[in-house]
Amino acid sequence: MMIFTLAGRELRSLFLSPLAWAILAVVQLILGFMFLSQLDTFLQWQAQIALLENAPGTTEIIVAPLLGNAAIVLLLVVPLLTMRLISEERRNQTLPLLFSAPISMSEIVIGKYLGILSFMLIMVVLIALMPLSLLLGGELDIGMLAAGLLGLALMLASFSAIGLYISSLTRHPTVAAVITFGALLLLWIINWASNSDPNGVLAYLSMLHHLQPLLRGVVNSADIAYFLLFIFSFLVLAIRRLDADRLQP
Amino acid sequence: MDQPTAPLLQVNALSRHYGPIKAVDEISFSLKRGEVLGFLGPNGAGKSTTMKMITGNLAPTSGSVTIDGYDILNEPKQAKAALGFLPENPPLYKELTVDEYLNYAARLNRIAKPHISAAVDNCKQRCGLEQMGRRLIANLSKGYQQRVGIAQAIIHSPALVLLDEPTVGLDPIQIREIRQLIRDLGQTHSVILSTHILPEVQATCDRVQIINQGELVFNDSIENLSQRMQTTALLLRFKRPPSTTELLSLTGVQEVESVDENTRRIHFLAEQDPTESLVNTSVSEGWGVYELTPERMSLEEVFVDLTCREPHHAEATQP
Repeated sequence: MMIFTLAGRELRSLFLSPLAWAILAVVQLILGFMFLSQLDTFLQWQAQIALLENAPGTTEIIVAPLLGNAAIVLLLVVPLLTMRLISEERRNQTLPLLFSAPISMSEIVIGKYLGILSFMLIMVVLIALMPLSLLLGGELDIGMLAAGLLGLALMLASFSAIGLYISSLTRHPTVAAVITFGALLLLWIINWASNSDPNGVLAYLSMLHHLQPLLRGVVNSADIAYFLLFIFSFLVLAIRRLDADRLQP
Repeated sequence: MDQPTAPLLQVNALSRHYGPIKAVDEISFSLKRGEVLGFLGPNGAGKSTTMKMITGNLAPTSGSVTIDGYDILNEPKQAKAALGFLPENPPLYKELTVDEYLNYAARLNRIAKPHISAAVDNCKQRCGLEQMGRRLIANLSKGYQQRVGIAQAIIHSPALVLLDEPTVGLDPIQIREIRQLIRDLGQTHSVILSTHILPEVQATCDRVQIINQGELVFNDSIENLSQRMQTTALLLRFKRPPSTTELLSLTGVQEVESVDENTRRIHFLAEQDPTESLVNTSVSEGWGVYELTPERMSLEEVFVDLTCREPHHAEATQP
């Protein structure tokens, strides 16, 4: 399968660069620190919390904030991973290799997307190991954790799709990174403008708005559809952008 | 595949405009199997644009390209399976080793898994890369990088190989090796070689096509190009130079140019060589010819002659 050839090559070249390793290490370190301090707080207040009626569980107190923090950290990191997807090929003029091979534009884009997506999933797995380690000494709401991880994965998939598209617009990876970061941040905070109206259009567009229910353990098909539509739209845009390369400048 | 007489590549009225600039203007030509075509032109003549359109890297403004019977726009996968392309800048992933890169190129070109390693070995051997398999492409010299680029273009044994200025930036020894490689390729593949270096075409090609300002100005075999390069001028030194009118009265003489007091350059028509009558007359009239040099028109001059004329419509002859 041509798509997997491209995806495999993308993933391999990510791991050939020190950037991917550095990012994995830094993200893991920071989230590990956050996780431990959260755990610390929990242990401190454990006695008081246990007295409450309808007391929140470990998952609610530790895991949900951890995944929420992870989302923010990854928002800063994803642009660095997606920036070079297409822009670097443009810069190094290696796109003709793909364009002259018997592959379609959709295969190129989807292959690259699956490559970066696999990397993101590796990151999600690494993050998931932290809350899972709690199973050694306690109990977890596995359903809630799974919903949270699904939310994180969908969010990363959406980030990657928009990053891939923006990377196809320019030949400078740094420019792609800056624009991607701006776009992600804007998507994150776009509901600030509609503070009073939690059901307005802007609130609906905000990614945070769709991620939060998942982190709370609520799997809503509307939220999942939002992420899938988001991914689909940006992949189509990226395919069209590459196609436009061959057309009139 | 089944019709060996059908041209492998058929280019029909291909045009590409960049805004108001006509980079390529209604070019038509065809290429037979096993033919090596030299694509000549000064910088910016539209060679690369044409090659990009043939390989599907650029959509034409109008016109069509058919490779092996498949239209590059309507059936791109089949058409692209029959071609290999080395662009001006070899599309190399510098962080990979030669083997990794060629493996990837093989898979991109849909070579079945069991045949990949044979294909990689074969093209490495043809391009003289046997010793380089485990080296990083980034660490190879320019000449070897160029070879990796060519290896990538021929890995799937395409019927048509397009090489865009493959010898640019190489040293003379590397250039000779690459030319030898291109000649070898011509045994089994059809090759289109774009260049602005004229001897390269003489050294490697069966047919020449000269493009200038987006128009085809010459399309003929190497032999016919050599015909054009035939003697059309004589340089003569006389002890007692005759008058211009006397020289002009000889059959075939078109123009007489005085180079200095004793030296005349005589231009004549290719069909009517006046050398013999000139010598005879010189003896009988006592002009005292003591030097006679036929002046050959070099390929460069033919080229300049063809590309520096007023823009006119292509006089290209279809083969």
